[in-house]
Amino acid sequence: MTSTTPAPARSPGRGAPRAGRLPWVLVVPALLGLVFLVLPLAGLLLRAPWATLPQRLAEPQVLEALRLSLVTATVATAVCLLLGVPLAWLLARASFPGLRVVRALVTVPLVLPPVVGGVALLLVLGRRGLVGQWLEAAFGVTLPFTTAGVVVAEAFVAMPFLVISVEGALRAADMRFEEAAATLGASRWTVFRRVTLPLVMPGVVAGAVLCWARALGEFGATITFAGNFPGRTQTMPLAVYLALETEPEAAIVLSLVLLAVSVIILASLRDRWVNSP
Amino acid sequence: MIRRPFRWAVALPVALALAGLSGCGSSQPASSPASAAGGEATTVTVFAAASLTGTFTELGKAFETAHPGTSVKFNFGSSATLAQQITQGAPADVFAAASPATMKTVTDASLASAPTTFVRNKLQIAVPADNPAKVAALKDLADPKVKVALCAEQVPCGAAAVKALGAAGLKVSPVTLEQDVKATVTKVELGEVDAALVYKTDVIAGAGKVKGIDFPEADKAINDYPIAVLSKSPAADPAKQFVDLVLSQQGKDVLTRAGFEAP
Repeated sequence: MTSTTPAPARSPGRGAPRAGRLPWVLVVPALLGLVFLVLPLAGLLLRAPWATLPQRLAEPQVLEALRLSLVTATVATAVCLLLGVPLAWLLARASFPGLRVVRALVTVPLVLPPVVGGVALLLVLGRRGLVGQWLEAAFGVTLPFTTAGVVVAEAFVAMPFLVISVEGALRAADMRFEEAAATLGASRWTVFRRVTLPLVMPGVVAGAVLCWARALGEFGATITFAGNFPGRTQTMPLAVYLALETEPEAAIVLSLVLLAVSVIILASLRDRWVNSP
Repeated sequence: MIRRPFRWAVALPVALALAGLSGCGSSQPASSPASAAGGEATTVTVFAAASLTGTFTELGKAFETAHPGTSVKFNFGSSATLAQQITQGAPADVFAAASPATMKTVTDASLASAPTTFVRNKLQIAVPADNPAKVAALKDLADPKVKVALCAEQVPCGAAAVKALGAAGLKVSPVTLEQDVKATVTKVELGEVDAALVYKTDVIAGAGKVKGIDFPEADKAINDYPIAVLSKSPAADPAKQFVDLVLSQQGKDVLTRAGFEAP
C-alpha cells in the first residue's frame, strides 16, 4: 500500500538480465486485477455523451463544484498532514499503555460508513452537538453547511490513510540514524525535523496523495455533515450524485471531469515527487 | 523486531478495503425465481420509493400471510435510482414510484404500462419539537435568520417545495439542498436547521422529534405515487395480486394511517 522503498533504478539502454520468464501465477491475477479496476472507467468513457460534452463543461455550476472540490481536498490534506504526521510519529515511536487501542481507534473512520461518520460529526460539531453548541455560544461559529464543514468531513474520512502510510514508513525506517543524531546532541524535535522526516518523506508523500484522493472523492460524510449547496458545499461527488437523479449523462460528464483532473494532478505529482531520484 | 507490526499496518487497510467493497452495492435484491410452478416458493420483488418503506413492509407481511408460499422482497430507494435500475435490467416485478416523472422513465422504455395512482403525498413544514425559531407559517421560512433545509430540486420533494414556494411567491435561501427527504428530516431532528419542507408522512414517521405545520400552498404541490406491474415480470400473477392489495381498502387504511392521502 505504501511505497516506502525507492523504486528500483531502471537500467538504461540495454535490457536488464532476466531471471527467467514472468511467473503466470502472478501475471494472470495481476492482469485480472487491472481489468477489474479499469473496466468501469471504460464503461464511463463508452457511455459519455461526447457530442454535448463542451457545452456541459461550460456550465458555471460544473466549474464551481470542481474548484470547491480541489480547494477543500487540498486544505483537508494540509490539515491531515499537520495533525496526522505527528500522530503517526506518536504511534510509531512512543510507547504508552493502550497504544494498540489508540492505533485501532485511528482506523475507525475507515470502517465507519461515511454517512455514519457524517452523523457522528453532526452529533459532536453540529449546532446542538457536544462541542458545536459551545463553539456557537463562544465564537458564533457553526460548521455544518459551510465550506469549513466540508474540509472537516473530508479530513475526518481521509486522515487514517495518511496516518497508516506514515506510520508504516516510520516503522520501516532505520532508527540508527535517529539514535546517531541523538548521541551527537540533537534534541528530539531536531531529530524529527532533520533526520526522521526526510527519511520517511516518500511515505509522507504517498500518504498525502492517498489522503487527497480520498478527500476528493468523499461523498457520504460531506453531504451528511456539510449538506449540499452549490458554490458553498456542493463538491463534485455531490453534484454527480444529484445529477444522477435526473440526468445520468450529466453525471457521467461530471465523473469524467473529476477523474481526468485527479489523474492529471496525481500523475504529475508522482513524476515530480514520488519517482524522483 | 519492527517487521511484525509493520506488516499489520499494511494488512489492516487492505482487509478493511475488502470489507468495504463487500458492504457496498447490496441494495439489489436477489432475482425472483422464474416460475411459480411446482410448489416452489414464489417471490415478488417490489421496487418502491424510500417514503413507502414502513407502509409497504407492513403490506408485504400481510400479503405473505394471505398467500402462503409467496414471499415479497423489497428494494427501497430513491425513485429515480430505482427507475434507472429497472431500465438497466434489474429484476423487478412491481414498481411503486414517488412521482409520475420517474414512472414515466419506465413506461417510456416499454417496461410497464398503465400505472395507477394509489396515493398522494403533501408537503408540510417540519420543525424541531421545540421549534426554536418559532416558525408558524410558510412566510417565516423567508426570514434570513431562519435556517432552512430543502430537498434538492432533482428529487421529487425538492421539485414540490419549489412549486409550493413559487405558489406562495416566497424567496427562501436554504442553507442546504439535501439529496433525499429522509436526509432533510434528519437535519430537522438533529436541530441543525430550524425548518424544512418535507412530506407529511415523514413528519408522522419522525413524531416526537419533529413537528409538522400545514400550509395552504401545499395543495399546489401534491405528489402522485403511481404503481405498476412490470411487463417483463416472471411472476406477473402474484405481482398483480400485490398491487391489488395496495389498492384495496386494507392497503388504503395502512397508507392513510402513515399520512398519505387517497388519490
